[in-house]
Amino acid sequence: MQMTFETSVSPHIRARDDAQRIMWWVVGSLLFPVAAATYFFGLRALILILFTTLVAILAEAGFQRIVGKPVTIRDGSAAVTGVLLALVLPPSLPLWMAGIGAIVAVVLVKGLFGGLGFNIFNPALAARAVLLASWPVAMTTWTKPLDSVTTASPLFLAKMHEAVPDYLTLFMGNRAGSLGETSVLMILIGAAILYWKKIIDWPAPTAYIGTVALLTALLGQDPLFHILSGGLLLGAFFMATDYVTAPVTTSGRFIFGLGCGIMTVLIRLYGGFPEGVNYSILIMNMLTPVIDTYVRPRLFGGVKKHG
Amino acid sequence: MKTFSKGIHLGHKKEATESLPILKAPLPKRAILPLQQSLGAPAEALVKLGDVVQEYQKIADSTKFISVPLHAPIAGKVTRIDKLPNAAGLAVPSIVIEAAEDQQGATPASDRRPWKELCREEIRAAVREAGIVGLGGATFPAHVKLSPPQEKKIDTVIINGCECEPYLTVDHRLMLERPRDILSGAGAIARAVGAQRVIIGIENNKPDALQAMTAEALKADQPAEVLSLETKYPQGGEKMLIKAILGREVPSGGLPMDVGVVVHNVGTAVAITEALETGKPLVERVVTVTGGGVREPKNLLVRIGTPFADLIEQCGGLTEDAAKVIMGGPMTGTAVSTLEVPVVKATSSILVLGKKEVASFAEGNCIRCGRCIRACPVGLMPNYLADFSKIKNWERVEEYHVADCIECGCCTYVCPARIFLVQRFKVAKRELQLRKAVCK
Repeated sequence: MQMTFETSVSPHIRARDDAQRIMWWVVGSLLFPVAAATYFFGLRALILILFTTLVAILAEAGFQRIVGKPVTIRDGSAAVTGVLLALVLPPSLPLWMAGIGAIVAVVLVKGLFGGLGFNIFNPALAARAVLLASWPVAMTTWTKPLDSVTTASPLFLAKMHEAVPDYLTLFMGNRAGSLGETSVLMILIGAAILYWKKIIDWPAPTAYIGTVALLTALLGQDPLFHILSGGLLLGAFFMATDYVTAPVTTSGRFIFGLGCGIMTVLIRLYGGFPEGVNYSILIMNMLTPVIDTYVRPRLFGGVKKHG
Repeated sequence: MKTFSKGIHLGHKKEATESLPILKAPLPKRAILPLQQSLGAPAEALVKLGDVVQEYQKIADSTKFISVPLHAPIAGKVTRIDKLPNAAGLAVPSIVIEAAEDQQGATPASDRRPWKELCREEIRAAVREAGIVGLGGATFPAHVKLSPPQEKKIDTVIINGCECEPYLTVDHRLMLERPRDILSGAGAIARAVGAQRVIIGIENNKPDALQAMTAEALKADQPAEVLSLETKYPQGGEKMLIKAILGREVPSGGLPMDVGVVVHNVGTAVAITEALETGKPLVERVVTVTGGGVREPKNLLVRIGTPFADLIEQCGGLTEDAAKVIMGGPMTGTAVSTLEVPVVKATSSILVLGKKEVASFAEGNCIRCGRCIRACPVGLMPNYLADFSKIKNWERVEEYHVADCIECGCCTYVCPARIFLVQRFKVAKRELQLRKAVCK
């Protein structure tokens, strides 16, 4: 009996997590902020989120079809981008603008750079920056939760030295802001799931939030207010932890978070915009290759013995 | 709990065989013996076609220092000297012996003195003459490790009882069944290298082995410390083990002797004891036959040269589910295409994975998750190394320390994009060696 068996290189076993599984876990964890957005900003919010996600997926499939690459929408990365983009948009943004944002994110920011793993910028945040530059009014028109009256965001109120919502309100999310950024509670639940699944790690979020707290306190501001308002937590847990656009080493990720924190505080306190999370992360995205070049793990056994 | 940094936690999968005593497999009808069974120079045949050989007779040897002789595992007749397939699928020079009817004859010379009366050189010579190689899988000639240069002072001998690969239970069973021989071998090793201290490192997923070795160490006249280590892969790697136990780091590009340590596997220690006490050469070893594709998994004491098919048969045959046959563990073992290949000195296990245990993996794009970096026990950046080797930027590959890769496979195991990282590094290492050779 001469049987032959399939051969392959070692190792012959693999960990359960593959890229696809990770991406869909991220989508799953984002359902908590999505739920909060739907609760506070109504069915319109849910429609906006679903629409952006759908456009992102279709744009990825269409782009890959056109350039003759295998269609990889099942890997979930376009879905992650679609949901994340919607979560950083104002509730009242017209659907067509959001749709353009999704196409920019998936095609311009990711696809043209080579697809998953090759983009320099976080697709959702880069697309948001494009939308902000294109339709500045629509992108900064905030609505009151459980209502649709136009109002100002807490950070804008603070910048204008006006009364801001209390901590509990900020924590629960009953305040004006981008769809997914308002409910700190739901962001923390989503982040906890990703942390538990070992999909995100602590360095970038800790360094980011810690730096903002420390700097705002040093500069005479209320650190807790700065942590709870704006897009800091959504950015720290879901954008600064983006594998592709952040450094790969633990210390590199810490430095990344540190840089994001410094820049966010500078923009919030001294810049023209009330909020700086978006640009801070994009700027640090640009520094990621440099950080990866210089921050490397320590080699076992130190310096080479023979040349 | 002592351990090294990074690495990965794997499912042990040792349940099927860890409580099964080692059984003696029947002698094979036919032994296939590749001439190169060590990491050193190949041996040359000392027998001719048609020669009648005795059990334990030396049938191949080499004049090179880093090489070991080969002995007949059975009495019989040399029926073929030819290139035959080995586990890796390569045709290699081999000797085939057909068993004689009468296997009763030979007993090894037993006019041996206790090793305590032997001097260093006598121990080394006996170990070499017995053809002993590292039985953990690396097959480095054992006597070479026993002969550190004068300027390298060895203070500690570490006996490796980690067996960190899933499924394997060879060392585990040896520690339970032959603790005396392990300690005796350890003593002989310590004597040969002039070390004062003997430490036996065992992972804490083998509490019974820890207990058995500790009890034996109390009885033995050779002082030895038995140490429990956190169960983590690849702790059985020499460098990781030395770091875990002594906190010393073998310098990059260096050897354990550079930090005053010699490491031997428990199986090697047993083989050394046998060689010194009875004069028996290395003609058999323990093999774990296991995995979802085997009907009755077993730990078998097997003659070198026995075809895999014989052992599978002794284990009740393959299940319908059998999909992949691996020589060694699932992390570093070699997949074999046929059961006609023989057990060699390096064969710690025949692992037959079932369809569910095996999956074929399509490579995706690196998503830069960094898991490979956090898993790599030697501190490499496998993701960048893979990029650089893909574009054949050999300078960068070297700069990112590919030469330090121990090929444990941790990076590849954790990679969510299923990239064959370690395979690329093996290729890159060979490429760099070739380039260096050409430059000279």
